[in-house]
Amino acid sequence: MRSRCGADRRDFLKKCLTGVAVLGASGRIGLLAAAEEGAALAKSRVVVARDAMLRGTGTTVDSGRMLTLLDRAMQALFDRDNPIEPWKKLVHPGEMVGLKVNALGGRGLSSNVQLVEAICERLQEAGIKASDIVVWDRDSDEMEHVGFHVVAGGNRVQCFGTDRVDYEPELSTFGSVGSRLSKILTQRCNVLINVPVLKDHDGAGVTIALKNMYGVIHNPNKYHPNGCNPYIADLNMLPEIRSKMRLTICDASTACFEGGPGYKPEYSWKNNGLIVSQDPVALDYTGWQVIERKRAEKGLKTLEGDKRAPNYIATAADAQHRLGANDPKRIAMVEA
Amino acid sequence: MAGELDRRSFMQCALASGAAFSVCELAQFPAAIPAWAGPQKQGDSQFTVEARFYEKVPNNKKIKCKLCPRECTVGDRERGYCGVRENRAGTYYTLVHSRVCAAHIDPIEKKPLFHYLPGTLAFSVATAGCNVNCKFCQNWDISQVRPEQVPAEYAPPKLLAELAKQRGCPTIAYTYSEPVIFSEYLMDAADAGHEAGVRSVVVSNGYMQEESLKTAYGKMDAVKIDLKAFTESYYKDVVVAELKPVLASLVTLRKMNKWTEIVYLVVPGMNDSDAEFRGLANWIKTNLGVDVPIHFTQFHPEYLLKNLPITPVPTLERAKAIADAEGLHYVYIGNVPGHPAQNTYCPKCRHMLVERVGFTASQVLIRKGSCPFCGQPIPGVWHA
Repeated sequence: MRSRCGADRRDFLKKCLTGVAVLGASGRIGLLAAAEEGAALAKSRVVVARDAMLRGTGTTVDSGRMLTLLDRAMQALFDRDNPIEPWKKLVHPGEMVGLKVNALGGRGLSSNVQLVEAICERLQEAGIKASDIVVWDRDSDEMEHVGFHVVAGGNRVQCFGTDRVDYEPELSTFGSVGSRLSKILTQRCNVLINVPVLKDHDGAGVTIALKNMYGVIHNPNKYHPNGCNPYIADLNMLPEIRSKMRLTICDASTACFEGGPGYKPEYSWKNNGLIVSQDPVALDYTGWQVIERKRAEKGLKTLEGDKRAPNYIATAADAQHRLGANDPKRIAMVEA
Repeated sequence: MAGELDRRSFMQCALASGAAFSVCELAQFPAAIPAWAGPQKQGDSQFTVEARFYEKVPNNKKIKCKLCPRECTVGDRERGYCGVRENRAGTYYTLVHSRVCAAHIDPIEKKPLFHYLPGTLAFSVATAGCNVNCKFCQNWDISQVRPEQVPAEYAPPKLLAELAKQRGCPTIAYTYSEPVIFSEYLMDAADAGHEAGVRSVVVSNGYMQEESLKTAYGKMDAVKIDLKAFTESYYKDVVVAELKPVLASLVTLRKMNKWTEIVYLVVPGMNDSDAEFRGLANWIKTNLGVDVPIHFTQFHPEYLLKNLPITPVPTLERAKAIADAEGLHYVYIGNVPGHPAQNTYCPKCRHMLVERVGFTASQVLIRKGSCPFCGQPIPGVWHA
């Protein structure tokens, strides 16, 4: 399994083994010291990349600049000089890669088509066949409405919604709610790249990486009580999601600080950025802070003050879930 | 399944009755046919009608649903917990008006309604969706899905009434999923039915706000309420709802003088204690009266409770014994074919008045609403 942290598995294990050895030598204090050292190294890396000129002088995102921005973000995340190398580290030829976009917000606030095209380009350069890539969300019409072209079959990149293939008949369950999973997730991809949007959410507080998985199930309406907590965390625990999730590339080119998740121009801003991480909890925490800063700038209450703090993030990090890190001390935020 | 309407016969009936109405009515059916080929697209306009029970929240295009106690606040482009009502730019819509995903002809005893026209048939329909999420749901494949995820047929109210008449059903039953969430449809269908001489009954969880209950179920001729348990903790953990509003609904129905029967699904180890049975029976006696029928029914492992066993018959008999001892007059045992507690007995002389075999009333001895042996009035709706 690939590590979600800055330290790779081998380093992590080395530290653990060192800890055991230290315990043998000097007891509990030594183990704690080693654990603290390990924890210090085990920070989740989150890259926040921006390009003030992402739209050039116009209003739409420039494809070339988006590709450059993506490269910058990915190279910073994987600490590589070459734009293809991060992708080669992430995926391997023969794998089927699903890009879970978010088309719910309509034209103003959905996963950017230029970003998705840039990701597809790099995936192919890393050896993934075009037809082994599927761009998907829950509904084909919604995807077309925001600019994606539905393609099902042939040698091109595939692009369609779960409505084309349906959900699995059997339920998958973690926690109190059971759901049928999209057959795109279960049958069409063995690697998941999450491509959400940075948004405020009237119930959950924010909707970024973890909540984007609501588009994978047939009954998201059953996951909304109590600020979506613990439902968002529970859903992301499903093995079909957790085992396939390798990366989140959050489209923060246009973001929303209030009134979400639907698009309202008065509550959106051109952020011209991406947030990228292999730790979806750390990414959500970081995205939340970005939204809070914008809310403060606009003179709005904090989400906590608005009684909708995104408590699901802490739940996702708790001992029952361990989906990632929400402690800022364990998050290495890198600006690129 | 006996009495089930398959697609072909449903369409035959629909087309025949459509022809009986008008060309306009008939012309709508071809559009519904392809829906059977697979999942439908969202936003089918023929099923989309503005909802009746909601408030607009000023300034931000949100709405507050006033149909059930959950009171979902729903943002633009989002749906409530039920999954079948959607906010579109500040106006709330039901997506399931006339969107029938299940249609069967059932004995009325299957609802179960034992004191309502015994031995008759009910034209029984459902749409997708539910405002709770019972872990034991037997119909989760239609109740826990969004409307576009199940095949459905367009069955406007007049057609429903006509189909019921054609099939010899004196009653339309709104059942299977949760009729609360298609209140607008059942209200319109009940009106159409009454115009055509067809009655309406509803099989519901009763998890509604008082105003919507009065408005929607005020049009019903009888109501069956699933009282899932008698503790708030069970409602919270197993039903994802609350007990208190359901009890309030039962009291409201009583005040409305609406014929009501109660079903209590006994789930082993979860809602089957003596104290709970006794508390329930006592509450019914105090708040609704001893003549309200209660059916203790057998649980079968389904949906998210597949790990539990079938309810032992002695457990059901224990529940009945406790309710009998509390003084309730009509305590039944359900889902146990052949059990003598499926029959109706006179509370005064103990003669059997209605004999039931499975879902069939094989013998009905009640005369003019009374016991023919001792003259004791037997409450219910006995004549069409």
